[in-house]
Amino acid sequence: MSERFRPIGGRLLTPHFYFLGVLLLIGAYFIVKRFIFGIGAVANLSDGFPWGIWITYDVVTGTAIACGGYAMALLVYVFNRGQFHPMVRAALLTSVFGYTLAGASIIVDVGRWWQLYNVFLPQYMNLNSVMLEVALCVTLYTLVLWIEFSPAILEAMQAKRWLRNLRHFLFLAIGLGILLPTMHQSSLGSLLIIAGDKVHPLWQSNVIPLLFLLTAITMGYAIVVFESLYASVNLNRPLETPLLAKVSALIPWLLIAYLFIRAADIARSGEFAMLLQAGPEPILFAIEVALFLYAIRLLRDPQKRVRPTVLFWTSLAVLFGGGLYRFNAFIIAFDPGPGWHYFPAVGEMMITIGIVAFEIMAYLFFVKMTPVMMAAPEGGGSDRRAGSGLDTARWLEGAPSSTQDSASYRPTAATSA
Amino acid sequence: MSIDRRHFLKGLAAGAASLGAGSIAGPVAARPAKALAPGAVGILYDATQCIGCKACEVACKAHNDLPPVENPALDQVYGVRGAWDGGDDLDSRTMNKIKAYPGLKTVEASRADAVLAESAAASDELSFVKRACMHCVDPNCVSACPVSAMTKDPQTGIVQYNPDACIGCRYCQIACPFNIPKFEYEKTFPQIVKCQLCTDRIAEGGIPACCEACPTGASLFGRVEDLRAEGHRRLAAEPGSRLEYPIHALDSADTKVGTVADYRPHIYGETETGGTQYMLMADVPFEKLGLPTLDNESSARLSETIQHTLYGGMVAPTLLLGGLVYAAYRNTRDERERADDGLGEGAGIDAPVTTNPKSASETKEGSRS
Repeated sequence: MSERFRPIGGRLLTPHFYFLGVLLLIGAYFIVKRFIFGIGAVANLSDGFPWGIWITYDVVTGTAIACGGYAMALLVYVFNRGQFHPMVRAALLTSVFGYTLAGASIIVDVGRWWQLYNVFLPQYMNLNSVMLEVALCVTLYTLVLWIEFSPAILEAMQAKRWLRNLRHFLFLAIGLGILLPTMHQSSLGSLLIIAGDKVHPLWQSNVIPLLFLLTAITMGYAIVVFESLYASVNLNRPLETPLLAKVSALIPWLLIAYLFIRAADIARSGEFAMLLQAGPEPILFAIEVALFLYAIRLLRDPQKRVRPTVLFWTSLAVLFGGGLYRFNAFIIAFDPGPGWHYFPAVGEMMITIGIVAFEIMAYLFFVKMTPVMMAAPEGGGSDRRAGSGLDTARWLEGAPSSTQDSASYRPTAATSA
Repeated sequence: MSIDRRHFLKGLAAGAASLGAGSIAGPVAARPAKALAPGAVGILYDATQCIGCKACEVACKAHNDLPPVENPALDQVYGVRGAWDGGDDLDSRTMNKIKAYPGLKTVEASRADAVLAESAAASDELSFVKRACMHCVDPNCVSACPVSAMTKDPQTGIVQYNPDACIGCRYCQIACPFNIPKFEYEKTFPQIVKCQLCTDRIAEGGIPACCEACPTGASLFGRVEDLRAEGHRRLAAEPGSRLEYPIHALDSADTKVGTVADYRPHIYGETETGGTQYMLMADVPFEKLGLPTLDNESSARLSETIQHTLYGGMVAPTLLLGGLVYAAYRNTRDERERADDGLGEGAGIDAPVTTNPKSASETKEGSRS
């Protein structure tokens, strides 16, 4: 395999970056407020809706969106599709921040955060608890993700010896890095089984672990496509359309499997009648299915899935469909009983928005300063960047400038063992 | 959600599919339902005997040192320290709540009209209900809690809360079908608050404060099996007849004689969610008193069955991990070999960057080899 990753350089402190910084500061203000005056001071969480957007977005949806690294590792290392190797590192980057910040938002969300380490103490562990499994798995996976991503940082730091040693053990991290998301992405769905009737029958299911797992993997491929398109548009990267089209081609099959299992499950439990009931639930269900059907229809067509606009809208549809599925199950179609209502408070939303802003800022920092992105084909885009790789050297000593680097580019060859 | 074979097979299918083909197989039984603890104690609440005096609420607040819920400005002006019955539901300052549901009996003329009229007149056509922790036989909160902050006493079956273990994740609130655990959202260092059946009083040979305070025997403490028998004795009695009712506790020797109401033929909590140690009787439908209609098996049982099917002994995950590590090892062989060459070239996800002229030349060499 002879692909090369390198920092894309460019100015970090753009107006875009400052804007995200402002959002981060607003979020930080509410986080400080939460730790001084309690959760109730910033959030609309209640005894009926103890889990709001912090859990549903930051953890449950956020880590599903962060499944890019998992989904690509599955493809490259289990199904041995080396051609997708160039995309792994960028996918890992979104994963590492998605998971790290999901972990950070848990500290904001749990009431007795100073005792969180109890989760790791054997005398307190409850092996019957789905939550324990999620907590241990997510923590361990976050560590594994940093190990998997560390070569990019070590390269930027020129730590050659470390790199060489790491390379011999990386396969262990890769194996764990596929097992752990398989476990906790399914368990994030299993969390709801114990809630019983509180979860609307259209979403409550004994196969919910499988449904969550399938959608998480699908969302992983969708975010890889989306992230690549984002980089192309905003960071002057060349479009990776042929590879993206191949990744996207997997999405319809996963979604068809998902929809088939979900429909079969609803049919089996005789809950199709629920679709004819009054109320918002059948409509929400229909929107989920429609978003997925839209993606299936366009991506099944080889002519259409090579078009960047199609890739953009379908990846967005998959992310929104999978996100809506999680929001429905955890909040919108969650009914703790009469009298309970939930809509997030401003402070609550600003904390989540601040965390997302930080995620994007960290992404920009790392793609510009560390070798995450594939080196561009000669001339294809390097011209545009030629004058912009200035800050890089200043940020990280000895880091490459883009012009220097593009000289040593060789075309991607999918040569795996 | 009963766990019959089909449900179970479904869970198994989910497990097999999520953990990779062939990684798990063979017969795994659903987790057996939990049985009543040998010395299980509880409360039988008889709504037909309750007069809504809220003495139990006051006693509960006093014993558990819980502040009043509200203290309106006008009360403060007159030096009133808030009313004990300020809120209208359980909350983080209220473990025990008497609620009144008016207008139920007029529409619920089911059995003897004469009896109905009498009992309706006596209770002003409304029914009270006392809400508190149900102390489930198979509690969802205990199953859900990741750090064993909710535990079930193996002897008394009382569901207890340990703040030193609790991380405040509030999964117990999600899991509880009765919405019993409450959380101190307004506090900087919050806890979960719920009835613990006056564990300290029982340990000293006493009875829960609410039962001690109840003047009519509507809240009656005792061994769960005895309480169930007592409930059935009341159900078997002729509506309108006179019956001796124990007060405070089954074995307290305090009794009164009361009129048997037109009971609903069921003790709520005898079967619900696998049984509860706090049980209720009423002469109106339980769902109209805000008590949810539940299956006879707890969802904890289903959740644990599915979870242990997937993770039992960590066998399936270990096998899967072995396969994955092997696959990753095989598919990264090239990268390790290159690393051995000391050239660090193109090594998979950690392919190096050419950062200066020296390493760039190294890399070129490496690609030739």
